Amino acid sequence: MKLTHGFGRATAVAILMAGTAPVALFAETPADTLVVADAIDDIVSIDPGEAFEFSGVDLNNNTYDTLIETDSAKPGELVPGLAESWAVAEDGMTYTFKMKAGITFSSGNPVTAEDAAYSLRRVVKMNKTPAFILTQFGLTAENVDQMVSFEGDTVTLKTDKVYAPSFVYNCLTAGVANIVDMKTVMEHEVEGDMGNAWLKENSAGTGAYVLKSYKPNEGYVLEARAGHWRGDAKLKNVFMQHIPEGATQRLLLEKGDIDIARELTPTDVDGLAGNADVKIQNDVGGQVYYLALNQKKAELANPKVQEAMRWAIDYTGMTETILKGQWVVHQNFLPKGFLGALDENPYSLDVEKAKALMAESGLTLPLEVGFTVRNNQERMDIAQSVQNTFAQIGINLVLDVGDGAQVLEKYRGRQHDITVQTWGPDYPDPHTNASTFAMNPDNSDEVKATGYLAWRTAWDPGELNAETAAAVEEMDTAKREAMYADIQRKVRDSSAFILMFQQARQDGMHANVTGFYAGGATDSAAYWTVTK
Amino acid sequence: MTDLSPSPQDRRLVRLLVQVGTGLFTLAITLLGLLLITFIIGRVVPIDPVLSIVGERATQAQMQAVRDALGLDLPLWQQFAIYVGDALQGDLGRSIRTGDAIVSEIARYFPATLELATLGTLIGTLVGVPAGVLAATRPGSLADQVVRLVGLMGYSMPVFWLGLIGLLVFYGKLDWVAGPGRLDPSYDMMMQFTLTTYTGMILIDSALNGAWDVFRNAISHIILPAGLLGYVSMAYISRMTRSFMMNELGQEYITTARVKGMPEWRVIWVHAMRNVMVPLITVIALSYAYLLEGSVLTETIFAWPGLGSYITDALFAADMPAVLGGTVVVGVVFVTLNMVSDIVYRLVDPRARA
Repeated sequence: MKLTHGFGRATAVAILMAGTAPVALFAETPADTLVVADAIDDIVSIDPGEAFEFSGVDLNNNTYDTLIETDSAKPGELVPGLAESWAVAEDGMTYTFKMKAGITFSSGNPVTAEDAAYSLRRVVKMNKTPAFILTQFGLTAENVDQMVSFEGDTVTLKTDKVYAPSFVYNCLTAGVANIVDMKTVMEHEVEGDMGNAWLKENSAGTGAYVLKSYKPNEGYVLEARAGHWRGDAKLKNVFMQHIPEGATQRLLLEKGDIDIARELTPTDVDGLAGNADVKIQNDVGGQVYYLALNQKKAELANPKVQEAMRWAIDYTGMTETILKGQWVVHQNFLPKGFLGALDENPYSLDVEKAKALMAESGLTLPLEVGFTVRNNQERMDIAQSVQNTFAQIGINLVLDVGDGAQVLEKYRGRQHDITVQTWGPDYPDPHTNASTFAMNPDNSDEVKATGYLAWRTAWDPGELNAETAAAVEEMDTAKREAMYADIQRKVRDSSAFILMFQQARQDGMHANVTGFYAGGATDSAAYWTVTK
Repeated sequence: MTDLSPSPQDRRLVRLLVQVGTGLFTLAITLLGLLLITFIIGRVVPIDPVLSIVGERATQAQMQAVRDALGLDLPLWQQFAIYVGDALQGDLGRSIRTGDAIVSEIARYFPATLELATLGTLIGTLVGVPAGVLAATRPGSLADQVVRLVGLMGYSMPVFWLGLIGLLVFYGKLDWVAGPGRLDPSYDMMMQFTLTTYTGMILIDSALNGAWDVFRNAISHIILPAGLLGYVSMAYISRMTRSFMMNELGQEYITTARVKGMPEWRVIWVHAMRNVMVPLITVIALSYAYLLEGSVLTETIFAWPGLGSYITDALFAADMPAVLGGTVVVGVVFVTLNMVSDIVYRLVDPRARA
């Protein structure tokens, strides 16, 4: 009897266990829906006047348009967006944009010059994080109603002084300059917020898609609108799923449950090799990796030491192993894709040359130097590689590891010796990086000019301050391009920065997916061109 | 002469009131302590919350403006008093990162966690208790060894590894379950755009809508993460059940019952179980509370938008009000579950009613 009871219980347990694995439902992605997996937890807001993170700007790129756009085929060139033509007046301070006729917002309201003026004014008045992209032209909440005006089908933007027109135009292609539907937005204004709260959950633009739902850290759904000015989107819906884990994305991609995986690690990409149902699309991103040498430490200000360090980094060793597919060697501060970007990478690992330079430095070796590193896998890997090669030339790096915010605070407080950092451009114009790597008007501690990377690492760029200021005012775009090439070479060869890598992107997608544009270094993802 | 001594009913009422009063007082003190500790931790961490709002490029002046707006320059005690005052009114502040009310953010994430943790605990209990009983009644047997081994694995193997292997096997290879996320895209859109949301828990909402295909799809998505959490809590519950049960089976009343010729199943499931239940309720409640904190790793692997991911993301973004809010909610859940288990404890154990 006892045995029977024992058996019965065991069976019950077995049945219960089996009950946890019901028959699965197979579901290929719906034919009219593009299912994308990405890590979208960086999104703070999707109001175009506030969005400043990659995922949010990607979303907005599909729901809004700007007056002018960067040409994805020819970096540095501009094509019409909502404006059909644009010009700058003789004074170099008055820009006019003639609106295209017949374009409507998703609400059905026609797009007017007033909407465009309102959108730019709104950004300045709300003064959220990305507002500086527009306010750097001298726009303030007080003067913006005069500086940005409209008449008929023309919007006029006045700047406080002469800037390079390409600088002004490039900034107007940034997500912050997206045009919103004034009428709809103002209908949803609460307590003078200019519709900010409402636009965090809704879209009111002219894009090929309309935001149907957005759930932070979970995903969003876009729905195509009919009669879009670019031609209708090929797929009716975009279903974005927040899937932070690369291995999970890979599995979903292999099973056909997602169409595009945007957060694959090199391991995942390797694992997908040989799978005929999946392809990998390579692109570049806008971020750069660099070392910052604090000039308050005398040894690090020694030009021979700086040069020795440039020859004591195993750039290709890292991009072929630990950074494979994620970063490419790039030793200039402007990422490829930017006006004036350089493709020259003169430095490579040469321990003997570096040793000789160290000997010329006149310093007693070995040097003991702190190395402030954020505790994430990639940065730790880089740090260890650099630590290893630096040790060979008589520089002992002592790792000082902290979380992202701690490391940033140290860097901003000039408390590091050397730190490994990334920098991403804020808007698609060379000035965004030039103004931080090659500019630092006042190097004193008191000014706390933490916005300048050069200040953070206590480096005085000297004549480069003036050269950078001149480049941003140069009216001739070709000349301007040459000026940035020159500034970059100077920073590359003699500065407190050692530029190492540019971000690469690897998006995994189903073999039948075509037309996906990841945005390169200057633009954002486009879903409306995708077919499958 | 009037009898001034209180009647037995009055005495019971007074005792009850005292008990309830003490309970509420303890609750209030516990919560205040919790608020104080999380608040202090939030203020002493070497992270500047202002940086995460204004971004890397901000000037000192912009940073100071935000600092003033957040009241970060006020004395600590004053900041704490404001925080407690707001919390009492159900306002846990606004997220630094998104500017949204934390209460509404948590309301969005909590149902997903609640659904997952409840199912996980249910699985853990339904499997763990019988397994523990089985092991206890046949100590040293093969069954006992198996239960111990399975339990040990649940204890010692990292959840993220189990999760990934689970996905690879049951979803990747065997196709028994659906992949990460709460629903397939098409069902998700149906749930969002055509059905009515009542609780935020998809199983309940789809059932209330009578949308059984959505319900089935939700089951196929939740079963693996819930099974995983269930497995982890089962490991704990079965071990505890085993030791409680073994303890009871050595008692004299069990021998008496057996001598009287009572069937063995009755001895175990009725007589011994009644006493095992008492400590077991606490064990189950604690393991439930543990799962409700949100299992961060499970949520990450299964792309489950729950409280665990919310608190972790907030922590990485140095969004201390959100971290604090999440912690307070977890604390309240913990304290409440403790109280509930206390009440159930009183119901099943006559001695505790005195």
